[in-house]
Amino acid sequence: MSWTATGAAPKPATPAWMKTIRPQHVLVLLFLIAYPLVASPFWTVQIGAQSLFLGVIALSLMFLAGYGGMVSLSQMTVAGVAGYMVAVFGTNSTHPLFGWPLWAAVPIAIVIATAFATLIGIISVRTAGIYTIMITLAIGVAAFYFAQQNYEIFNGHSGFAGLPGPVGFGMDWRAPMPFYYMSLAVAALSYLAVVYLARSTFGLTLQAIRDNARRMNALGFNVNLHRVVAHAVAGLIAAIGGLLYVWMNGRVSPGTIDIGPVIDILVIAVIGGLRHPIGPFIGAVLFVLMKNFAIDLISPERFNTLIGLIFLAIVLVSPDGLLGLWRLASDRLKAAGLNGSTGRQWGNNSWRNNNGK
Amino acid sequence: MKLFILTVMNGMTLAALYFLVASGFTLVFGLMRNVNLAHGSLYLLGAYVGFNVADWTGSWFLGVAAGFLGMAVVGAILQVVIFRRMQGQDLRQTLVTIGLSIVMADLMLAVWGGNTYQFDPPSWLSGPVQLMTAPVVKYPLYRLVLLASAIVIGVGLWLLLNKTRIGMMIRAGVDDRGMLAASGVNVQRIFTITFALGAGLAGFAGVVGGTALSIAPGEDTRYLLASLVVVIVGGMGSVTGAAIGATLIGLAEQLGLVYSPTYGVVYTFLIMVVVLAFRPQGIMGKAA
Repeated sequence: MSWTATGAAPKPATPAWMKTIRPQHVLVLLFLIAYPLVASPFWTVQIGAQSLFLGVIALSLMFLAGYGGMVSLSQMTVAGVAGYMVAVFGTNSTHPLFGWPLWAAVPIAIVIATAFATLIGIISVRTAGIYTIMITLAIGVAAFYFAQQNYEIFNGHSGFAGLPGPVGFGMDWRAPMPFYYMSLAVAALSYLAVVYLARSTFGLTLQAIRDNARRMNALGFNVNLHRVVAHAVAGLIAAIGGLLYVWMNGRVSPGTIDIGPVIDILVIAVIGGLRHPIGPFIGAVLFVLMKNFAIDLISPERFNTLIGLIFLAIVLVSPDGLLGLWRLASDRLKAAGLNGSTGRQWGNNSWRNNNGK
Repeated sequence: MKLFILTVMNGMTLAALYFLVASGFTLVFGLMRNVNLAHGSLYLLGAYVGFNVADWTGSWFLGVAAGFLGMAVVGAILQVVIFRRMQGQDLRQTLVTIGLSIVMADLMLAVWGGNTYQFDPPSWLSGPVQLMTAPVVKYPLYRLVLLASAIVIGVGLWLLLNKTRIGMMIRAGVDDRGMLAASGVNVQRIFTITFALGAGLAGFAGVVGGTALSIAPGEDTRYLLASLVVVIVGGMGSVTGAAIGATLIGLAEQLGLVYSPTYGVVYTFLIMVVVLAFRPQGIMGKAA
């Protein structure tokens, strides 16, 4: 079970990062900044901002799976814990508990969610490989049942509603345009953080552990510690994404962390591709578009069948998701252009070989 | 006292059900390294198919048989059509089972709707039985039969695995697939048989469990969670481990539900964490 991430080669220090910026990066950034100026509020929030923060949560899974080789299904649960904690410590209209202001509730929510993710890491690194999926899924589903049956803290089935959005600098950050830009800033920072981490010593060690844990252990690296820290970092990213998630909806309930949303995050990450941090965002855009417009294709109730079949098709045809398809296509084109030279064999990637015994 | 005895009996009934579902899950995992996350969906589909057949023929036993055989066929088809094509890619196989479970849950919702279904077991199987005279404790006969049948099936599985030729092959396959294939055994056939048996057990559990409790959308997730935790606790690939794990989880769930209703799930979770802390491979599992 391992992926080889692209662009992970160690780069010489400072000015080199300027060289990695290409024209298309600037174009994408300009488009993302200009987008809400031309889009309607529905397209700005429901499509734009939602894709961005779902992408952030899926990015945390991509970081764990792509660089750490650990497919964790509890990332939505971590995001949900952050959402629940901001409701528990902050203000809400259904089940007031602490009633702290947001500037106090937000940091504590993020800290608790990150601690929860670290705990999941400590538990799940006891075993490795395919067991990670089982343990993290069990934790995620157990958390859902717990939130549903606990009324003292989590207010059971109905959860919390009426969560206030952040207000500050003379602005209501839940209004469409500010919310979009806040989501964009979070997404951009998380993306850059993951890109940076992947090239840092920590990221390279993590990727080496993914490829051969036993050898890294023999070389004197603390394998489990690196894995736990990876869970903590991914937990931090997921927690921030989770805050945006509950701010947009203004509510958090067991349905937020039900098995459906938990699997959705996996679907988003896998559809986009787990090799590069941009994958989860591509997957999220496609997922959100389909979720909103599947009504026009098939009946809205059968959305899950559609998304399930697309997920199956991606897993069966292109294990690297849309990114893999894109690379395959561009390689084919190049190969055709070069007349005779064969493209890289992306089909035979590490997903298929090397399943760790 | 009466409450305690009834709770323990409920816990054992639930454990019997969990064992039936999880034993198939653990067999498939042990042999093929495939975490079949569609196992809960097979449970629910088996229950629905069994319900329709029982409703149609008027015979509950035909419903049970249909649940088992129907899911055994579905399992065999899945193994031949999908999993055989991606041998040894355990992560991809697992992702495929997730995709299948999404699609199956949605299609089952489309066909059977969101209603709750209830079976009618034969009249001689229903009705209460007096367990104790002082205090008077009565318990449904059907649940006792369910408990007994789980024990019979558990012993049967143990005998199949430990005393027959095919069981020997399955055990050899769990330990070393390559060596088994090299010694001239048709491993693909063993895989298909095991997958069919595991899926069939899930379908069987769907009908008998749906009779004891009820069938409704969402049960697939519940039994998937139960299978996961039972197998993590008991040890992957071990039928004895599944029995131990199911007993622990079933009892913990029911006792938790009665004595601390809003924290019941925490006990299940704690059992899992404690086992992982001291025996990461599970109580009866072998170290990888």
